[in-house]
Amino acid sequence: MKNSIILFLASIVLLSCKKDVIIPPEPFPELNSIDTTGFLEIHVDNMVGNLPLILGSTNYVSSANDTFNVNIYKYYLSNVQLVSSNGLTYTEVESYYLIDQSNPNSLHLMVKKVPAGSYSSIRFLIGVDAPRNTAGAQTGALDPMNDMFWGWNTGYIMAKMEGHSPQSSEQTNKIVYHIGGFEGKDNALRTVNLVFPNSANCTQNHTPILSIKADLGAWFASPNFDNFNNSNVITGITSESSAIADNYANMFTVTSVVN
Amino acid sequence: MKQILHILFISVFFFSCSVDPEIKPIIGEDDVKEIVPPGWPAPVYTYSANILTADGFTLGRTLFYDPILSADNTISCGSCHQQFAAFAHSGHDVSHGINGLLGNRNTPVLQNLNWNPTFMHDGGILNIEVMPLAPITNPVEMDETMTNVVAKLSSSGKYKQLFTKAFGSDLVNSQRIFRAIAQFMGTMYSYNSKYDLVKSGKENFTTQEQSGYNLFVQKCASCHTEPLFTDYQFRNNGLSINVVYNDSGRAHITGAPIDRYKFKTPSLRNIEKSEPYMHDGRFTSLDQCLEHYNSGIVVSPTLETQLLSGIPLTPQNKVDLISFLKTLTDTKYLTDSRFSDNNF
Repeated sequence: MKNSIILFLASIVLLSCKKDVIIPPEPFPELNSIDTTGFLEIHVDNMVGNLPLILGSTNYVSSANDTFNVNIYKYYLSNVQLVSSNGLTYTEVESYYLIDQSNPNSLHLMVKKVPAGSYSSIRFLIGVDAPRNTAGAQTGALDPMNDMFWGWNTGYIMAKMEGHSPQSSEQTNKIVYHIGGFEGKDNALRTVNLVFPNSANCTQNHTPILSIKADLGAWFASPNFDNFNNSNVITGITSESSAIADNYANMFTVTSVVN
Repeated sequence: MKQILHILFISVFFFSCSVDPEIKPIIGEDDVKEIVPPGWPAPVYTYSANILTADGFTLGRTLFYDPILSADNTISCGSCHQQFAAFAHSGHDVSHGINGLLGNRNTPVLQNLNWNPTFMHDGGILNIEVMPLAPITNPVEMDETMTNVVAKLSSSGKYKQLFTKAFGSDLVNSQRIFRAIAQFMGTMYSYNSKYDLVKSGKENFTTQEQSGYNLFVQKCASCHTEPLFTDYQFRNNGLSINVVYNDSGRAHITGAPIDRYKFKTPSLRNIEKSEPYMHDGRFTSLDQCLEHYNSGIVVSPTLETQLLSGIPLTPQNKVDLISFLKTLTDTKYLTDSRFSDNNF
């Protein structure tokens, strides 16, 4: 703050002394607080009900009382928007995150270039927006190497869960859900809007932390899901996959906002 | 002293003549150009984000012909896409991939791909850049993962050079691989057939070719639209269902019953050279194809309505039509060394 004032004064001096000189904006720190940006950190806790999700042999119970375990759990969050307390919206550009339970780093997102301010809610897409599905070869979170892109039927798998349930009649009792589709009535794109319990105050030097819980149990809850006996492998774009997307659209809750 | 001068002389000679002995710039910038032949529509894919260069094209060509893209390094794109057959697989109804495994559809021709709104017989692929992902990862084609492809290419000195030339650094990633292949495959233009020369006033059809063309315009052109000889739509053209594959075609992508047994209208350019024909390669001659439309149409709920009564053709009609279809052969394209295997 002190530094800023000094710089501010210095620039006033400069401005007043050399009126004809155009001062390039780059070397000078921004003086107006609205123009400064910071980060918002998001911690994602994947859970099943109130239990932390652990990949592998840990067993969970679905709302239909089916037992299941989870081997793969990945989904995209994209197009993050933050709504400020005075109603303005910040839209992050190139906003694509792949949450992968097998990669702990992927559970911590850093929303970038957030204008300093006080924020009261967040909006994001579960999945990858339609234009980016057909935009050709992508990198980073959207790289097809992440096994979240269909080669035979262009488009991202928005969310993927694989595991086993004794109730599944499939070979090895597997349960497989590759949920995708970016257009048409059965598309899997879902927008999530979460209101913060208290505002997240973002400044250049302070990064608030938003913790959200994602309940995998919501995927397999009624009314849109029956049980693992009737629905065990869904890998196409159908009313069944769309119904699971309807379910997981409700899986997020805000645990805390820590400033 | 004399010796030193000699050596100096030799080295100057070397420097000036062979700048880079490892990779010769066989393809020059003049050889790689984005074009739209006269009278053609604007292409679907352009190189606005994927800057087209001779080095990018050369990398794409090298990848296209390199079996390193397959799991056991035996199958390349060029294994099933043969230039003399307009990059279809000559003599194969369906193709054999890794370990001799068979696919279930006929290898399509590759030409003028930047005009394709969709790829594959069922139109499932929506961008030329991600097109190679399907054959590379298909268990009965190349059965490889992109992770392995990137790892193999990253450890190759030859590819480090090729990627550096094409993209400015030796970083290998899937985007660079796909974009380089799109630079190669997308600029494989076929537009120098006799038909094209006739259209530009440089040659004339023979009487028989002309009568075949007149028949074509009257009976075929509503789907095989000029100048690309396809409208890229999906249709059931009355083939009996192949019980071996029971391939639902477009419905495989859309899930819609009205799309059952529909396949994309193929271009007829270079059709003389790209046998066998149809999505499952069931016909081995153009005469068989025409006879199908004349007498073999199987009526089913999703049959193209224009084909309800077939396309009546006399034996003379068929001969004339085939005479015209052969004017779509672009010998320059089929022998153009820019598109040939350079990996040896």
